[in-house]
Amino acid sequence: MLQVDNLYCERQRRVLFENLSFTVAPGQLLQIEGANGSGKTTLLKIICGLFEDYSGDVDWRLDAWPLFVSHKPGVKDQLTARENLKWLADLYQPGIQSSTIDEAIDAVGLRGLEDVLCGAMSEGQRKRVNLARLFFLTSPAWILDEPLSAIDVDGVKLLQERIGFQLNEGGMVILTSHQLLDVDHEVRHLNLSAPS
Amino acid sequence: MLLETIKRDLLVAYRNPAEMLNPLVFFVIVISLFPLGISPMENVLRGIAPGVIWVAALLATLLSMDLIFRSDFEDGSLEQMTLTEQPLLLIVSGKIISHWLMTGLPLTLLSPLLALMLFVDKQGIEAIVLSLLLGTPILSLLGAVGASLTLGLQKGGVLIAILILPLYVPVLILATEMIKTGMRGGDYSGHMLWLAAILALSMGVAPLASSAGVKISLSH
Repeated sequence: MLQVDNLYCERQRRVLFENLSFTVAPGQLLQIEGANGSGKTTLLKIICGLFEDYSGDVDWRLDAWPLFVSHKPGVKDQLTARENLKWLADLYQPGIQSSTIDEAIDAVGLRGLEDVLCGAMSEGQRKRVNLARLFFLTSPAWILDEPLSAIDVDGVKLLQERIGFQLNEGGMVILTSHQLLDVDHEVRHLNLSAPS
Repeated sequence: MLLETIKRDLLVAYRNPAEMLNPLVFFVIVISLFPLGISPMENVLRGIAPGVIWVAALLATLLSMDLIFRSDFEDGSLEQMTLTEQPLLLIVSGKIISHWLMTGLPLTLLSPLLALMLFVDKQGIEAIVLSLLLGTPILSLLGAVGASLTLGLQKGGVLIAILILPLYVPVLILATEMIKTGMRGGDYSGHMLWLAAILALSMGVAPLASSAGVKISLSH
């Protein structure tokens, strides 16, 4: 359960949002929309606890850490897909079997590229490595910043299926995207540009 | 987590050797230019050797300091490191240790060769190696604090120097005094204890300060 109350934040002397309140319950999907620069990423960072220059309350009731996938690549060019994911596993859930990681690489359609340096991959493939964590790390909440950018149609479909799976398992998903999501669950929208 | 961080950082550096070799090459070039620029006379070179070696080591470390967090900051890995239950302190400590393993340690290992070039005798070389062994970890530790605070800036290099150099000065003075004492055949255990004390102090404070610095830089 995530409860956000009365959030106020300004950056560069511009009010991004005020009196912003919403809740996300287990099994719910919240899509944050808004024009470029409307504060979508800032809002996600506030929710994660990365950005602390705001007033209001952000209250998480979770028994494990949320998973944040930022719009930055999040993968190291000098490491292979497998090494990158192994490092993430060490960070989030130490002790994950390497076969589980290989399955995740397989699931995002990068079979055969496990030992290729991420620096040699295309933008979309790197994005897939970045998103592969959603296929082997378990977390009660996903926070995804522009997860659908740079991936192809198949990738979008794959990710939507995975988001559906997470919601069925009772997890929450909070994401920013300009695209319409095609999932079997109710998509709740939060528009940052509109006056609230 | 400490070991995993060190392993990861060393692997990244190994795959990108040019960045790792930069400070070492700088160290060697600076020191080998002094005999050419000042004088090839034995007594002149021996006189300036402690200062030359230490100033070169200090600048070489400073030059490489920006690398410790920069690439992780830019590709978003650093964000991930702060967002897990793994303590950031351990991760930052691991990064500082691997930075030292990539700069301070090779500089120390290389120093006897360069000291020989400056006509330093055996006693002096011993003192140089010991002073670098105790001193370069301090440089990495303090430098990490400056690096973490200047992450948000595009060109943090010069600012790191301004922030950190005043803190490096006591180490420089102690270390060069230690070497001079060693070259005279004196007992330099007092200098060593002082350096060890500074090292212990910065081991306690610098990782904490630099974790806080990382968090501040990420929230902008």
